[in-house]
Parts: sequence; structure tokens; C-alpha cells
Amino acid sequence: MVSYVPDAGHVDLIKLCEADERMRAVSLTTEEEGVAFAAGAYLGGKRAALLMQSSGVGNCINMLSLIKTCQLPLLTLVTMRGEFGEFNPWQIPMGQATPALLSAIGLIVYRVDAPHEVRDVLEAAVSLAFGSYCGVAVLLSQRLIGAKRFVEGP
Amino acid sequence: MIQAPYLNRREVVTALLADRGDLLVVAGLGATAWDVASVEDHPLDFPLWGAMGGAAMVGLGLAFAQPARKVLVITGDGEMLMGMGSLATIAAQRPRNLRVVVMDNECYAETGRQRTPTACGADIAAIALACGFPHARTAWKSDEIEPLRVDIHRFDDLFLAVIKVALTDDPKTLPPRDGAYLKNRMRAALLGPQAVFE
Repeated sequence: MVSYVPDAGHVDLIKLCEADERMRAVSLTTEEEGVAFAAGAYLGGKRAALLMQSSGVGNCINMLSLIKTCQLPLLTLVTMRGEFGEFNPWQIPMGQATPALLSAIGLIVYRVDAPHEVRDVLEAAVSLAFGSYCGVAVLLSQRLIGAKRFVEGP
Repeated sequence: MIQAPYLNRREVVTALLADRGDLLVVAGLGATAWDVASVEDHPLDFPLWGAMGGAAMVGLGLAFAQPARKVLVITGDGEMLMGMGSLATIAAQRPRNLRVVVMDNECYAETGRQRTPTACGADIAAIALACGFPHARTAWKSDEIEPLRVDIHRFDDLFLAVIKVALTDDPKTLPPRDGAYLKNRMRAALLGPQAVFE
């Protein structure tokens, strides 16, 4: 199962999840719902991943205590904003704070900057989360996914 | 409806959990977790000690993972209001085996009895219906509890029920607070003892 608050960087992944009959994709109103959803799924014997943008990380902080306290697996894929090439200043504070906040609340954080690293890092993150009962965040950097552009620049 | 809630929460929860069979229960933090623990410390209960606002979504994940089981989320008005968006998320999914019961005493009883918005007109059953829940109701009277208990086991669709309960001083009957234990206990009871080796 996959739950998500959509981000442009996750568009193709969300489409693939929705098209796969073996998967269930759940749209959320706020990211912390996805943390609780993943906890419930695991209690019932299923695995769930959470897709969000870095701006949603702050919404999850207290709910992530569920993951740490109960030693629950959580895999979250976070598309980054507010860093490499960012155009929108409102994205900067949360984007810059994202790795430190996730670490502070007890998740293991990996960052991917190059396309050839994605598969390895994700496989390791899945093994780590579900094998060692912990929260793992994979940050998909703005350098990897491309900075969002609001106007056609030079 | 202008009246003071008079139902006793401990009596209501005891009645709702009678003959529970293989019902899975997620209890929201605070008084509802203590209510559920006051009935018995059951391996198919997952009482939350934190994660405020998350009880209904834990229930959704559990309901999807276990479609053949009925899943009861039982939580308070304050906890449900913090996760109000999850009512829209859940209604959009419409899991037929999920039930949400809100014990509404119109205050944050654990923290000094400050009024919640339900004391001032916020109607959680109406909110659920407006979010797309196919069924929701509010119970005020003791003769509404047994039909609700039957619906928890037999009704074949998503629903939410608010139960207006009196503000009472109940003994703090605490469930285990070790989250890893609660997780492993529920998984072993539900999935078999091998689940803790997965």
C-alpha cells in the first residue's frame, strides 16, 4: 500500500501505483495521516510506504513518534524542495530543515542525488525499514528530480 | 439538541466490547484508551499513548490489511477533531469493515477539562457525513448502545457513531505502555506467532 500527498516529483510513481492491481494507493489530506496508516497496515500484516514533499515533513513530526516508540517499519520517499535551484523562497525553511528534523525524531535518512543511485538506496531502505523495524526516509533531491520552474527562463 | 450528556463512558465501552469475538480495536489516546483497558487487556487492542489525531488512520491501515475482520476505532472528540481531515481520507476509500466510534464528552478531560468545539456546536457525525461517510449518527441514550454494538459486528459498510457521554472521574486503568510490546502482541494474536520473526 502507498499513501501520499502528491508532489510533482512523485507524479509518475503515483500513476504506477494506481495502475498496479496488487497495490492500493491512498490520497491523504495531510502527511501525518500516512504515518498512522502505515502503522495500522503493519499491525495487520501489510507494508505501506508514504510519499510526500519536503514541505510535508513538518506535518508528521509528532506522529513519527509512533514509529520510533513502537519500533514500526516506515518507508517514506520525500521529494525535496527548498534547495538546489529553488525559485520559491517559501520552500527554503522546511526544505533546509528536513534532514535534521527527520533525524531528530528518529528516522534514518538517506539522500539521493544521482539517478543511478536510486534503485540501490531504495532497496537498502526497504530492507532496513522492514528488516530492522525502523523509520527510513529517502530524500530525492531537487538536483535529481529537477527544480520546479514557474516561468520559462533563459 | 440541547441537553447535557449523561451516558457513562465506562458502561458504554463495556457494553460495546461485550462478545467482541475477533474484533480488532484501535483506541485513541487518553480516556478512551483507559476505557478500553478497563474492560480487559486484550491482545487484539492497540491502545495509543500518543500519536494524537492518528487513531482513525491506524484503523484504516488495519482495515485494509485485514479485510475479513471488523476494525473498531474508538476515540475521543478531541483526538478525532485533531485528525478531522482523516474523515475525508477514509470516506474516499470507504472500507466496509471500518467503524469509528467517538466518545464525546465535549472537553479535553485529561488536561483540565477545557471545552472542545463539540461543546460549542461542532457536530462530528455531521462532519463525517459531509466528508462523504455513507452513515453516521449521534447516540445520547442507553437504548442506542446495543444496536450500535450489533452494527459494529454486522453492518456491512463504513460508519461513524458519536456517543455523547458525561464528564466523569474514572479510575485510570492503564494499558501496557510499551509500544513495541503492543505491536508484537497484536501481530502475534492476529497473524500467528511467526509474525514476530518477520
